[in-house]
Amino acid sequence: MRLLPNVRVQTVDFNVADEYHQLAQDNSDGAVVTFVGKVRDFNDGSVVTDLTLEHYPGMTERILEQIVAEARERWPLNKVTVIHRVGTMALGEQIVFIGVTSAHRKAAFAACEFLIDFLKTKAPFWKLEAGDKGKNWVEAKDADEQAAQLWQHKS
Amino acid sequence: MINVLFFAQVRELLGTAQLSIEASEQTQTAEGLRATLAATDDKWAKVLASDKLLVAVNQTISQWDTRVNDGDEVAFFPPVTGG
Repeated sequence: MRLLPNVRVQTVDFNVADEYHQLAQDNSDGAVVTFVGKVRDFNDGSVVTDLTLEHYPGMTERILEQIVAEARERWPLNKVTVIHRVGTMALGEQIVFIGVTSAHRKAAFAACEFLIDFLKTKAPFWKLEAGDKGKNWVEAKDADEQAAQLWQHKS
Repeated sequence: MINVLFFAQVRELLGTAQLSIEASEQTQTAEGLRATLAATDDKWAKVLASDKLLVAVNQTISQWDTRVNDGDEVAFFPPVTGG
């Protein structure tokens, strides 16, 4: 059975155990793969003290749903959860959650990686880092764009 | 009217998150709208001239020759960096 994608953009934190519990309910799934992105204390050699995420309300949800739909076309997935936080987050806080379930692990691993690669390059989120050198908008990385483009040629 | 939105550094550098502009002959494409807004002053010209600037028309990433109609929502922003 296919469920609607569980896509959320929110300021509040999420609980990985709760999300896992929700993903892991279906006994036809042999694989649950999850990814959590966190605020780390460095970027490009600079100290980071906190991170603020801005987004484009409305467009963000649309793009995330499109990305999830594309993942479902590529792999036989059952449940998919994508949560992305916005607002200011302290060091170590959770930013993003991706969870996918499938009968087999290969599809679940691949879809999870695909989702994070596409989310990083297609969804309208922007990171503003605060650190010892003041505030700084994070620059888009060519490597992230290349990772997303590689999916055109592999499955 | 065209509803124009700015995000991230573009919003910060312009000091504006949103504005409305009368649709005209000059604003019939995303590029035309950008040029019209860039004519505001030197600051706007500089920020909107960035070769990394992206445009979304009605919440879909678009090309610069994309048609813009009265009542559309057009957003200008830098490359995205979420995740």
